[in-house]
Amino acid sequence: MERTPLPEDGLAVVVKRDCPTCELVEPVLERLSAEGDGLAVFSQDDPDFPATVPGVIDDTELEHSFRLGIETVPTLVRFEDGRETGRTVGWDREKWRGLTSISDLGEDLPAFRPGCGSLSVAPGAAERLRARFGDTGLEARRVALEPHADSVEACFDRGWTDGLPVVPPTPERILRMLAGTSRAPGEIVGAVPPDYAECTVEKVAINAVLAGCKPEYMPVLLAALEAALDPDFTLHGILCSTCFTAPLIIVNGPVARRIGMNSGLNVLGQGNRANATIGRALNLIVHNVGGGRPGEIDRSTFGAPSKYTFCFAEDESDEEWEPLSVSRGLPRGTDAVTLFQGEGVQGIMDQGSRTPEELTASLAACLLAVCHPKICEWAHAVLLLSPEHYAIYREAGWGRARITEALIEATTRPLGEVARGAGGLAEGVPDSETRRQVPKFPPGGLLLARAGGAAGLYSAILAGWPGGRAWQHSHPITREIET
Amino acid sequence: MTPTLRAEPRARSDATVLHDPTSELAPEMRPRRTPPPSLEGRVVALQGIGKLRSDEFLDHVKARLEARGIETIRTDKPTNARRAPVELLQRIATEADVVVQALAD
Repeated sequence: MERTPLPEDGLAVVVKRDCPTCELVEPVLERLSAEGDGLAVFSQDDPDFPATVPGVIDDTELEHSFRLGIETVPTLVRFEDGRETGRTVGWDREKWRGLTSISDLGEDLPAFRPGCGSLSVAPGAAERLRARFGDTGLEARRVALEPHADSVEACFDRGWTDGLPVVPPTPERILRMLAGTSRAPGEIVGAVPPDYAECTVEKVAINAVLAGCKPEYMPVLLAALEAALDPDFTLHGILCSTCFTAPLIIVNGPVARRIGMNSGLNVLGQGNRANATIGRALNLIVHNVGGGRPGEIDRSTFGAPSKYTFCFAEDESDEEWEPLSVSRGLPRGTDAVTLFQGEGVQGIMDQGSRTPEELTASLAACLLAVCHPKICEWAHAVLLLSPEHYAIYREAGWGRARITEALIEATTRPLGEVARGAGGLAEGVPDSETRRQVPKFPPGGLLLARAGGAAGLYSAILAGWPGGRAWQHSHPITREIET
Repeated sequence: MTPTLRAEPRARSDATVLHDPTSELAPEMRPRRTPPPSLEGRVVALQGIGKLRSDEFLDHVKARLEARGIETIRTDKPTNARRAPVELLQRIATEADVVVQALAD
């Protein structure tokens, strides 16, 4: 314990030069310093202010301001027997007189002037000061770096990254991230495979910091993690598989606009912080908390760029379009995430179709290639319709249900075409298959979503996990976002 | 006039502190159990993990083992997409001495 300049009995005042009210009360401070119990003056921005008061205490580190909980300067505080017994903020002559018991204090000053904001509550300062001088309450192991160590390199050295630089998870950044959710830091969200390690909200926040998230993304990230940990999502299988798969997050509802997610131009590409970092944070949680690291439990033969991040918002601008989350049972306008066992992007370019029938046949022909043209019922996919392709359906009055039904029908093929050996291709549907027609996708295995820029007669196939050959065990998950 | 001073905790140092994003589980390396010198008198569990065509492999192993008079039991994970249920692991541990697992297609 150190001796500090706070009085056992007496007055303390916190001021800053860059405050007209503090300058106004300088004569008052000069008088209080010379009379009575004395006055401890803490200056936030200039130890030479006020110049007429001797012994001004340098609080440019803001430690005393933090400990005193100062929000406004000037703040005058009275202590008795080491305990605070009263305080007033700004200049309020009657209150200052009451605290100081000096009846003619500030006679020449106006009766009232509001104060200014304390530097200790400037944006970003509160978490920094709490991390430095207070109790953060964080439970995660503290890692103190060597002096002059590069904190970004320190994260690489400890294996905390996906190969790209991460934002170092300092206490102040974690505290700011935790402010993005009302959930308690110690709450357990679930057990993350493959290690099935319990993941707290605090660990989610730390990994969100690493990924570069903003605090307001936390509710989306927490919902995405909960969806990924649903047993029916089979996250363990996805990340242990030799396939290309990573969790794909599709966001619906007003939250997408609130946090600035992209559903338009370059929707699957770079440049949008929310899209990029929410998807990245989920993969980092799997990497760091779950222990799902490439070359270890992650046995993907090729991997995929989606293993860095794979997240976007659906375009809900057309009221006639039924959003993905609504098609999966949630009310329109509900904030939601849908988790899909995704791989990557296969572009479809069709600039010739003008009718829904032509376009359906064209899209179906491309969808048959998912996994392999002769693999059926294991295949899953999200078909992403661009505005221009969707317009062809919309103008003909086709909505989600009709488009899906038509695509399922158009991708169902005679057994003779897809059986093993047919067409000279060994791969295919098992010989013992007795059905005459074989659907490409299992029930619920083809999801539709709308996204993309206004120009371009394109669609995109986001293929799914062929490990879903056990399709009755592995399903997309839709979950409401709690805000 | 100098006020009387009272004590407060000292500020922490300025060293950069990070918080661990991992599960903080220490990796536990368990040595592989020594294979039995012989399968005589032992029960072999033939375990499929839910991959296609593992039956063909396990049926073949079963026939070879039984031709040598070695008792076998068949066990199967419901799906390769999830961990084996605890009940299945307990059954294997209770009823078998050795496991042959068919991993791939």
